[in-house]
Amino acid sequence: MSGEVIRRARGAVAALVLAGLVVAPWVVDDYTTALLARTLALALVGVSVALLTGVAGLPTLGQTAPYAAGAYACAVVGSRISDVGVVQLVVAAGAGALLAALTVPLVVHARGVIVLMITLAIGELVVTVLGRWRSVTGGTDGLAGIPAVRPFWGLPALASDQARYLYALVVVATLIGVVLVLLRTRAGLVLRAGRDDETRLRASGHRVALHLSGAHIAAGAIAGAAGSLLVVAQQYISPADFGFDTSALLLLGVVIGGTASVGGALVGAALVIAVRDWLFGVLPGYAPLVLGALFVATVYLLPTGVTRARGRLRPPAAPAHQPTAAEQATVPELRR
Amino acid sequence: MIAVAAGPNRIDPYLIPALDGVAYGLLVFVAASGLVFCFGVANILNLAHGLLYAIGGYTAAAVLDGGWASLALALAVGVLAAAAAGALLAGLLTPVATGNHLSQALLTFGVALAGGSLLVAGFGPDDPQVRVPAALEGSVMVAGHRYAAYRLVFIVVAAVLAVALYLVVRRTRAGMLVRAAVDDPEMVACLGVSPARIRAGVLAAAGALAGAAGVLGAPIIGPGTDTADTVLLLSLVVVVLGGLGSMAGTLLAALAIGEIQTLGVALLPSAAPFLLFAAMAAVLAVRARGLAGRWRTT
Repeated sequence: MSGEVIRRARGAVAALVLAGLVVAPWVVDDYTTALLARTLALALVGVSVALLTGVAGLPTLGQTAPYAAGAYACAVVGSRISDVGVVQLVVAAGAGALLAALTVPLVVHARGVIVLMITLAIGELVVTVLGRWRSVTGGTDGLAGIPAVRPFWGLPALASDQARYLYALVVVATLIGVVLVLLRTRAGLVLRAGRDDETRLRASGHRVALHLSGAHIAAGAIAGAAGSLLVVAQQYISPADFGFDTSALLLLGVVIGGTASVGGALVGAALVIAVRDWLFGVLPGYAPLVLGALFVATVYLLPTGVTRARGRLRPPAAPAHQPTAAEQATVPELRR
Repeated sequence: MIAVAAGPNRIDPYLIPALDGVAYGLLVFVAASGLVFCFGVANILNLAHGLLYAIGGYTAAAVLDGGWASLALALAVGVLAAAAAGALLAGLLTPVATGNHLSQALLTFGVALAGGSLLVAGFGPDDPQVRVPAALEGSVMVAGHRYAAYRLVFIVVAAVLAVALYLVVRRTRAGMLVRAAVDDPEMVACLGVSPARIRAGVLAAAGALAGAAGVLGAPIIGPGTDTADTVLLLSLVVVVLGGLGSMAGTLLAALAIGEIQTLGVALLPSAAPFLLFAAMAAVLAVRARGLAGRWRTT
């Protein structure tokens, strides 16, 4: 009974938020609308982070890599080949998926915090490549003057901030719908099962590495599509958009929102990015200080969110020596 | 390439970059070994490690005035400040369960953001100049080439530091406890040594090492707004490549990074930015299963 109530309340809140997002561009000014569009793109990357961190059990700091690949692919296609949004989205998602596929051998065999480090390195090194590969990426100056996108063949180009924001909103809502549906299928169940007990899943004949590779590539495609939205929202990209700060903020936003829930991740990531952008305007120069203090406070204030994330960071495979509950209780602070 | 063909000795033009690589590698070793201890012993993912180095670097920039006394002062102040920052981190991390890497990441990244902001507020947004002692400002001749005297001395000092670190870890009781805590933390706890104290000690020691590296290495990787990120990334690469088990692995990984960043640039200028990535990808691809296996059993 109460479960039904909560489900309905959640649906109502989601509908309200969506309605608010739809009318937002007519309520706030153009600058805020552009910021909101960029926040939507980053929130979509947050969803891909949640997909890997919470659902598949691979905590990642490197989703900026496929995000950047998608953004640059979209920018190059947008300024040289086609201004059709669908084409750009497909190209961007393809680029993100390709990069994710290339990094699969590095990621899927590792677990836990090793994944964090490997993905962090991948993300940083992609940024290095972006900064050096001047002929394509424009180096640290970035790419500017990308023409406005037209969503579909025959439609007019999106000239105003409102139109671009609504385009981003439609794309984000559609992709999140797809993710939610996919997570309800067998593939989603197998992913969650692998996160919770990899050994058992392996023993029952499932190819865990294959599922994880699929999840990694899918998350890469989502992040790539988000990159395309960033290009639409900003019409300018540079390596600074994809730095370590961004991936860390996204992971932390996702942790705050609850790693296993797509909706929570969306809200958490959007909230963190919004706070960052807002603080940047309100307290120029001190935004990192306040943000850092907020993170420290969050660790202490959100014990439940933090402990829920905890089990998932443990390596899913059981160690050879499984300690008894009594052992764990004696020195709990030493368990890893 | 022309120089190579014309020169009397094919190795000659690469001597200086190779020497630079040793200096860079030893610096990375001293900076990263603290992170290796943090992670291997205390099981803490410390994303604020780069900040500890930056504290040392800014101290060097602020205190050094070209004399030997100022170098000693900078070293003392930098090491103490960074060790204190490490101990503060340990204090902040006490309520967070060990092994809960996501909330550790959240907390230490928050500290890194806030601390970096404070450093910039205190020392200004521009990269400060670092003045080495006047006696070391010149250059010396190494096998017929001019080479910065400071770097040569740095190589010696960093090598001494590395040997001292090795001896401390191998021969002293504290080092034995640290190694024992890597292998079997429960047994160390049963011996009556508080794990919390080991953790605080390791974080403070990691801070001291990073602070020393920051002061001594300021002329090589200077203080600036992106220093913390650079050092953190290099240290994490060392952790990934060198593993957590042996100091020899850490040293080899650090030296390899140093040579890639210097000799690699001299040999393959166009491919240099990607060399680190390529080397790391190669090592990881070969070791991926080994790493995963290692991770699962620890």
